[in-house]
Amino acid sequence: MSSPDISVRNLWKVFGPGGEKIPKDPGLSALSSAELLERTGCNAAVRDMNFDVAKGEVFVVMGLSGSGKSTLIRCLTRLIEPTSGSVLVDGKDVMQAGTGELRELRRRKMSMVFQHFGLLPHRTVLDNVSYGLQIRGAAKNERYARSREIIELVGLKGYEQHFPDQLSGGMQQRVGLGRALAGDPDTILFDEPFSALDPLIRRDMQAEVIRLHKEMGKTMVFVTHDLSEALKLGDRILIMRNGETVQCGTGDDLVGSPADKYIADFVSEVPRADVLTLKWITDPVALGTPGDAPVLSAGTIIRDAIPTVMNSSCPVLVEDSGKITGQIDRDSILSVIRSTEVAA
Amino acid sequence: MSTLVRDRAPVQTGLVSVRAPRKRLSRRTLLLGGAGVVWLVGFLFLHGTATLTLPASELTDLHRSLNQFNAWVASNRADNPVFQYVFTPLRAAVDAVANLFIGVFAASTTGLRLPEIGWLGTVALLSWIALAVGNARVALLTAAAFVFFGLQGLFTEAAYTFALVLTAVLFTLALGIPLGVLAGVYGRVAKVITPVLDFMQTLPTFVYLAPLALIFLIGPASAVIATVIYAAPPVIRLTAHGIRCIPENTREASDSLGTTGWQRLVTLQLPLARRTIVMGINQSTMAALSMVTIAALIAAPGLGQVVIRALQSLDVGTAVNAGLSIVLLAIVLDRVTTAASRRAEPGANRRRRISRRMRYILLAVSFLVVLVTVQLSRTMLWAAAFPKDLNIGPAFVSGVSSASEWLQTNLYLFTVSFREAVTNGILNPFQSLLTETPFYLLVAVIVVAAFALGGWKLAAVTATCLAVIIYLGLWSDAMVTLAGTLVATAVVMVLGVIFGVAMGRSDKVDQLMRPMLDAGQTMPAFVYLVPFLGLFGATRFTAIIAGIIYAAPVAIKITADGIAAISPTVMEAAVSSGSTPWQVITKVQLPMARQSLALAANQGLIYVLAMVVVGALVGAGGLGYDVVAGFVQSSLFGKGLAAGLAIVFLGILLDRMTQAAAANPVRKVPSAKSPAH
Repeated sequence: MSSPDISVRNLWKVFGPGGEKIPKDPGLSALSSAELLERTGCNAAVRDMNFDVAKGEVFVVMGLSGSGKSTLIRCLTRLIEPTSGSVLVDGKDVMQAGTGELRELRRRKMSMVFQHFGLLPHRTVLDNVSYGLQIRGAAKNERYARSREIIELVGLKGYEQHFPDQLSGGMQQRVGLGRALAGDPDTILFDEPFSALDPLIRRDMQAEVIRLHKEMGKTMVFVTHDLSEALKLGDRILIMRNGETVQCGTGDDLVGSPADKYIADFVSEVPRADVLTLKWITDPVALGTPGDAPVLSAGTIIRDAIPTVMNSSCPVLVEDSGKITGQIDRDSILSVIRSTEVAA
Repeated sequence: MSTLVRDRAPVQTGLVSVRAPRKRLSRRTLLLGGAGVVWLVGFLFLHGTATLTLPASELTDLHRSLNQFNAWVASNRADNPVFQYVFTPLRAAVDAVANLFIGVFAASTTGLRLPEIGWLGTVALLSWIALAVGNARVALLTAAAFVFFGLQGLFTEAAYTFALVLTAVLFTLALGIPLGVLAGVYGRVAKVITPVLDFMQTLPTFVYLAPLALIFLIGPASAVIATVIYAAPPVIRLTAHGIRCIPENTREASDSLGTTGWQRLVTLQLPLARRTIVMGINQSTMAALSMVTIAALIAAPGLGQVVIRALQSLDVGTAVNAGLSIVLLAIVLDRVTTAASRRAEPGANRRRRISRRMRYILLAVSFLVVLVTVQLSRTMLWAAAFPKDLNIGPAFVSGVSSASEWLQTNLYLFTVSFREAVTNGILNPFQSLLTETPFYLLVAVIVVAAFALGGWKLAAVTATCLAVIIYLGLWSDAMVTLAGTLVATAVVMVLGVIFGVAMGRSDKVDQLMRPMLDAGQTMPAFVYLVPFLGLFGATRFTAIIAGIIYAAPVAIKITADGIAAISPTVMEAAVSSGSTPWQVITKVQLPMARQSLALAANQGLIYVLAMVVVGALVGAGGLGYDVVAGFVQSSLFGKGLAAGLAIVFLGILLDRMTQAAAANPVRKVPSAKSPAH
């Protein structure tokens, strides 16, 4: 993995009068959100957040409503002005950027896709997609040519002259996606982009994002409140609560070893066999296991291991980077599936 | 914490919310009731003393010094630097533009006193403009209306009025739209200008005229300037509103792409606000027409002058004829600007029936036709001045006059007995209650009432307003105006509740009434006087009826909107618990729409006051009479100016008191500390 694309250090956003004093005050910054609100009338939406996003990674920020995730993602391009801390993009601190630099950042480096699309109702699909290019001064021919490519890429060919209110929600969000892609940014920020869509469309759009990520390899920061979406899309997931990081890791980590009861509750309904890999259920190699038993990688998803285990008359060995780390058998797989059923 | 919970409780259930304010009202009711009793008792024993009556022709020292000020302005106009460098150039500039349009459409000052483009050219040009900004329908309407003005024998007058409206609207937009954009973009600007606009809009049209005539002399310039002052608030407000009300997510999306402030304004805010801005232009245009007609009082030429002269000589036929063309001009201006605002709707050109290119070709071709007619109207006499033998005006005038006479003689029983019954039964007793109570007693009663409604602050404002009215020496006249205003407003509120409830409860009634109310609101104030003059003759009563008709649409619409805004769930709950329609109205809808009712009363009062003042033209006394007399007789100038000021302070007083009555229940609930239950 190359050097991080975005790194966030000690980031605070405190809403309310006198909020700028709170991060510096050790007495106040240690208070819980409720106490802080009562004591100062300020609301700390983002509290001392630290994380890195690698180039080409899909980084998901997940939390319930009010956890501060939307505020956090807006702090990255200072759509909401952070109270303190730093946001390094390609090693440069966004917090130190002047108006012009910030504008350049928004125009060329980071685009955003919004929950409620934020399309311009008086412009056609073509003009919406080319809006960002127009803003940064691209000539008409150039921006239309580029926009037509993008429109095809997001699957809207033939709708160039339609207006947003003539499109379905899913198609509108494709326009939003196209607008973000048109400027060819390094990073795309998604703020709950599919929450306003119905479930079937949402699945399509998730597939679309996965496809685009594979094709274009952009860094993505994706905010959602939907755990299954987070697990489906995220290389890594950061779980937020009350403005703070609760846990940050791969989906596998979160489900396999939740950091606290909050996360455990959160992930309790996830079908574990679909998410966990074999490493979480590996037992020590038993004496009777034959040496020529089938071998699976520790990174295999449990559900994918089922056929092999079922077809094998003996336990299956698990290897991790060339070394046998243990074994699994039908019982260990069934117990994972059972625990999910019970929880559900 | 516990107070928070207790205060929230009444909001949750309808039953408690009705009961809780009633308990809290008790102190307020006690104060109001006590003040009422003291007033009545005081009136019984002291009436006729300390009434501060001032006969119509008498002046106070203040009035005389205002007269001297008038004389001073007249003699120093030429060499006072403020006039030399500010007012006189301004006046010259406005006059130049106004005279340009007057010269084009109405009458040029040279030669035959024919306009640059005669009636045919005017009709063609204006219809073409209507076609370009609107559609073919409004273009036809424009053509028909202007030809009709010709048939009425009022083409030149209508052209004068149109030229003045055009001048005023151009100045209004040049001033109002940039100001509105500033107010929309910068919250601070909005904060500064909003109270100024509020104040400007509570003033009756009448009161602008005298001070402006003093500074800018009578004639087109002061008429245009008065009109700009009166017509600017709507377009400023709506432009600011349109700019400010861009959906947050759209604005954020545009910011996220790195727009500069200017780019945001040009690519996002202005296009999205376009419709609202054009609606503002519509409202400002209607306000401008209203003011231009009234500016006839300071010698603005046009239809208004015909009406006013006819009103003063009680010539109902001529007044109706000219009033009709004002109404028609109002309809044309309203339709054309409304069509323009439809065209400005986002996506409007998507639904077009003909392609944009076709439209441009059509416009270009029809413009050639316009040029030909303009040329014709500059060369041919028949196309320059409207043919006299097509003038059906005089026939119409005499027809209306005899119809009016017939009505007044044959409906004598109905009209006169109705008028006398209301005048003697309600108006006179109420008026004498106000005018014959000793002023100190009435001031005390009003201030106590203000205290009960809005606390010390309101009491102080009220006391100040009353003190100013007394200082102006017009207490008794102000009470006459107040009496008429209050009686008319009471009727307006009854109408507002009846029709508002009917409209709020039934979509059908709403659809039926709303266009009529909308039309009613666009008419200039004083054309309302004309039909009632025909029915009831020149009396105070006529002015009050006209005021009621003028103010009722606003009150009805606000009430209807308040009732329609009640959540359907609440209504369903009320019906499902077995309430009769009457119970739903009295126990749910009216109490819940109380805020709107108070607002309706507030707006109703402002409208009625404006009309009762204008009603001086048909015999209403009071402050309006003083103002009109001030225009006519220079010895009464000071008194008229003082009366204008008194109207302003009366307006502020009524506005603040009704606003406090409207705001009170809401403000009181969260601040109540006493354990109410």
